[in-house]
Amino acid sequence: MNASPCLVLQDVHKSFDKREVLKGIDLSVAEHEVVCLIGASGSGKSTLLRCINLIEPIDVGKIFVVGREVTAPGVDVNEIRRGIGIVFQSFNLFPHMTVLENVTLGPRKALGLDRTQADAQGVELLRRFGLEDRRADYPDRLSGGQQQRVAIVRALAMQPQLMLLDEVTSALDPELVAEVLSVIRELAEGGMTMVIATHEMGFAADIANRVCFLDQGVLLEEGPPEQIFRSPSNPRTQEFLQRIIAAGRL
Amino acid sequence: MEGDRRSRILGGMSADARNVTIALVSTVVFFTVVVLVITNSPGWPEVKTAFFNPTVFREAFPEVLRAFWLNIKIFCVAEVFILAFALVIAVIRSLPGPVFFPIRALAIVYTDFFRGIPTILLIFILGFGVPALGLSGVPTSALVWATVALIIIYSAYVAEVYRAGIESVHPSQDAAARSLGLTRAQSLRYVVVPQAVRRVVPPLLNDFIGLQKDTALVALIGPVEAFRQAQIDTSATFNFTPYVAAALIFVAFTIPLARLTDWLNERSRRRRLAAGIAP
Repeated sequence: MNASPCLVLQDVHKSFDKREVLKGIDLSVAEHEVVCLIGASGSGKSTLLRCINLIEPIDVGKIFVVGREVTAPGVDVNEIRRGIGIVFQSFNLFPHMTVLENVTLGPRKALGLDRTQADAQGVELLRRFGLEDRRADYPDRLSGGQQQRVAIVRALAMQPQLMLLDEVTSALDPELVAEVLSVIRELAEGGMTMVIATHEMGFAADIANRVCFLDQGVLLEEGPPEQIFRSPSNPRTQEFLQRIIAAGRL
Repeated sequence: MEGDRRSRILGGMSADARNVTIALVSTVVFFTVVVLVITNSPGWPEVKTAFFNPTVFREAFPEVLRAFWLNIKIFCVAEVFILAFALVIAVIRSLPGPVFFPIRALAIVYTDFFRGIPTILLIFILGFGVPALGLSGVPTSALVWATVALIIIYSAYVAEVYRAGIESVHPSQDAAARSLGLTRAQSLRYVVVPQAVRRVVPPLLNDFIGLQKDTALVALIGPVEAFRQAQIDTSATFNFTPYVAAALIFVAFTIPLARLTDWLNERSRRRRLAAGIAP
């Protein structure tokens, strides 16, 4: 096994104004591990991912990525972010750029690749995910599923050591969910370390090495998917999953 | 069926035709009334010879038009500086964080102050004041300083237009750019500002129209542009027709800009509708 985990969170606290959204999160993610965060809306899943990517500064605690403390003072946040890919619920593609320009902006401006190199790499990635023929299109010409796949490719183009996926299928029409999930599955099979916030319980059960249940800013229960989904020990986890089953989502 | 369809088509055509006819008739009636009221007014014969003298018009028009070339030059030079300078001010104003407070405050003071000063006053102050300082290496031409005054005033307005555009770009765009490891400056340059500028093109054109008219203010400290030329012609002939010639030239120049602005506004409204975003 790997000596140093890919991601370590120690007692992470985060408040917005007076409302504490994360109340001391401890989590360790090994290399090649896929961790799914489940929990109700407002439980802190998205905030946790945004804190790991340093979009939101944390109030208390420490975050380590590949053994390096990224929350230490004086750390170059831009350098840290280059190694962590994040994909948002609402895609957030750049509407004034073509698909290929979206994908190559990071490599060109943050990594300093020249256009030829970045384009070649970008086209290769788009081809891998069946998007090569859309490279000259603007995002508004694409379906939601295609846009989200482009957003994933955009994050991958930075060759991150860690990918954070924030409810990436929640804004999609039901028939477009599968194509995005299959991309994520492919990444998992390729050994990408991922932390995934999701409402797709079946997908989480299928893909995760470990499932974490977040409730009101607290990591209440974690374990292999079979354990969490079949025999959760915490009453709140049981209650949450029952609601999910009642809604026909598991 | 056949008859039904024909009647619908004919009905549609006649409705269109009726609208056009109504518009035509009401326009003709309106202007006939206006013309009748003016031409039947007691002072009309005097006004007619003073403002609409064909002989004076024919003589003055080419001179005024030639002088208008200076207005166009002032407009073009000023616009280039305004577009660049205003963007700098807008970007400074949108810099976040306490470190940038001093220059941010400076940008706010700038826009507040120069939107408050009447353009004509700044033209007088700079146009007469700066050359009078007698500094070496500083241009003494009134024309130069009047143009500088226009640049200063209009930059304050245009900076606010840019700022509105920058603030209209959703923060998630900046978050997406920063999450790729782009610096704040890179995010502004490649993601936020390009989207902001596209959105504010119509209001920018509106300010262009204002600037085009305000180039006439330069005349008040000396340079002979269209308005000043008309003034000279008027005092030579004791007839106001040259002013009418100047007015026509200004209007002929600004109307296409106004139509272009409307067209761009309409196009962007349609695009937003097509994209499913509320206008």
